[in-house]
Amino acid sequence: MIVSKKDIPNFLDKLISEYQVFAPVKKDTFTVFKQICSGDTAVLVSGNTKLPVKELFFPQSEKLFSYNVTVEGAKLEVPIDDQKKVIFGVRPCDAKSLTLLDKVFNNDKYQDPYYLTRRNNTVLVGIGCNNPASTCFCTSVNGGPFDTKGLDLLLVDTGDAYVVEVVSEKGKELAEKAGFTAASDADKAAAAKAKEAAVVTSQVNLDGLKAKLDVNFYDPIWDKIHEKCLGCGACTYLCPTCHCFDIVDDAVDCNGSRVRNWDSCAFPVFTLHGSGHNPRTSNKERYRNRIMHKFKYFVDNNNEIACVGCGRCIKNCPVNMDIRVVLEDVRGSEARLDS
Amino acid sequence: MLRMQKLAAQIKDAAKKLLEDKKVDLVVGFAEGSLPLRGTPLFARTPDEADQLTWGRGCENNLANYLRKREEKVAVVAKGCDVRSIVALVKENQINRDNLYIIGVPCSGMIDRKKVEKLLEGRELLAIEDNGDNVVLKGKDFSENVNLADLLHNSCLDCRYGNPVVYDELIGELLPAKEEDDFAEIKAFEAKTAAERRAYLAQEFSKCIRCYACRNACPMCYCTECFVDCSTPEWIGKSAANVQDNILFQAVRVFHSAGRCADCGACERACPMGINLRLLTRKLVKDVKELFNAEAGVNQDDKAALATFTADDPEPFLMKE
Repeated sequence: MIVSKKDIPNFLDKLISEYQVFAPVKKDTFTVFKQICSGDTAVLVSGNTKLPVKELFFPQSEKLFSYNVTVEGAKLEVPIDDQKKVIFGVRPCDAKSLTLLDKVFNNDKYQDPYYLTRRNNTVLVGIGCNNPASTCFCTSVNGGPFDTKGLDLLLVDTGDAYVVEVVSEKGKELAEKAGFTAASDADKAAAAKAKEAAVVTSQVNLDGLKAKLDVNFYDPIWDKIHEKCLGCGACTYLCPTCHCFDIVDDAVDCNGSRVRNWDSCAFPVFTLHGSGHNPRTSNKERYRNRIMHKFKYFVDNNNEIACVGCGRCIKNCPVNMDIRVVLEDVRGSEARLDS
Repeated sequence: MLRMQKLAAQIKDAAKKLLEDKKVDLVVGFAEGSLPLRGTPLFARTPDEADQLTWGRGCENNLANYLRKREEKVAVVAKGCDVRSIVALVKENQINRDNLYIIGVPCSGMIDRKKVEKLLEGRELLAIEDNGDNVVLKGKDFSENVNLADLLHNSCLDCRYGNPVVYDELIGELLPAKEEDDFAEIKAFEAKTAAERRAYLAQEFSKCIRCYACRNACPMCYCTECFVDCSTPEWIGKSAANVQDNILFQAVRVFHSAGRCADCGACERACPMGINLRLLTRKLVKDVKELFNAEAGVNQDDKAALATFTADDPEPFLMKE
């Protein structure tokens, strides 16, 4: 199927009558996913949004329930967001990140109703990346500029139009409703050409990295790697796969709510115990955890790397801590099995 | 470009010599980063490692941040603003001046990557050519000539202390003095109504994601436990959705650095969301100047403004006998 670019605002307007529609919109020098009220506010030419798409499923601050206690007893309210949504203009790396978050919020031990309700009610329309940025390394972490993992529809930019690829049943339904016309052989050829022309130049060699991380917890390399890290949470909060959270009560007297906030392993209070003990006393242990979580623990638990190569951490780190360089340094260090 | 290369070579030589002569154990400076226009902090412990040292318009971090409570003898490659923070930290007993060797580098300003991004409107910067007063921004299918002054950080344009106020060794030549800072944008903000100011702050701080990059990039923010992290009592809500809490966080941070802030702009540079943080820090810089005739870290002798009292303070609420 195919849709002309000039018909996109119209297509979005039609969706808006039935769904909450989210798309990248401009904010200062960058774009962010926001709910749109009009199809022409969507910005489709830029690369990745500043904040990843995860915030639409796993918001930075989410009310889990609110409570109030009176003489009649306690009243509990659980807000579950079951609005039907379409997210338009998701990049393949962000879509893939959701398949990783699914493993965290939907597994045999736990199913998170907040996340899952949103996931089940959302259709993801992706746009492939004809011009991957120099900081993109999706192809090194089992992704790609036209990867369809996690998406329902994938649009391939062929100049004046998008060739629409159906990925899932949900996607098929949406495409049928939209009434996209059939793509000609020439259109399909143009899409194939666009895919071929998109080259991800940044490559990260991960050969042997996991085997090394399995044994190098005490390697002196960790003494050096974290040195310039400021210990802020910019990389973790802008990361599409980082998912650690902290739950706090926000209450006055007997009225309040329980809120789930994003947390960051970079923060000193991240693993601070009630006793005052902290197993990760310094930046070294905290930064090591970030790398270990993504490239070892998550792999051990889910058989996938918890990084999609979007490059946000590279572009936004205040001191240019480049995860590609870090991984190369770790990989290049000597494997040690000692303490 | 040539000037920068020359400075880089001189910095390298100075650092190697210090390490070879075992005058210091560590040199903190900048290496070439992984992105165009990006210096990245380097910790060199051998002359070989010092070979990676460089200098350029992307060496934007305030390295004073890495110098607190060091046991070893350290040399630092320091711009004017880094040195002001160092001086302030020495006064607060965070840095032992006897163990610190300052390789001072006069600085005429660093390039603001956010200004570059704004100018390029979504096109990706792949290389930058520094031709002195002019820079060429290059990317896929484009090359743009831009005035350097249009790309410098606002903090650099406002800076009156590009020349390090203290150093053990100077690299390059001292720069001519600039005119007095007029705080024009702060005066304009002060002239707004309270409602307008509140509205502007609410809009700016709706962007805040509470990553605390501003706090962590600031050399003066070194509380063992920051008030935002404290849970008993919980001074502030932890949710970033509450704009009032975001403003409260920044307001407390800014008041805490009153008279200590060197206006290096590290907070604003670090902010991934592009919040106009210097509006608040500079308001305090201006107030401290007006009320106490003091600036942080501009000489080694003055006590920090809020750590002393003189009857000559111009503060209007003090009665002189």
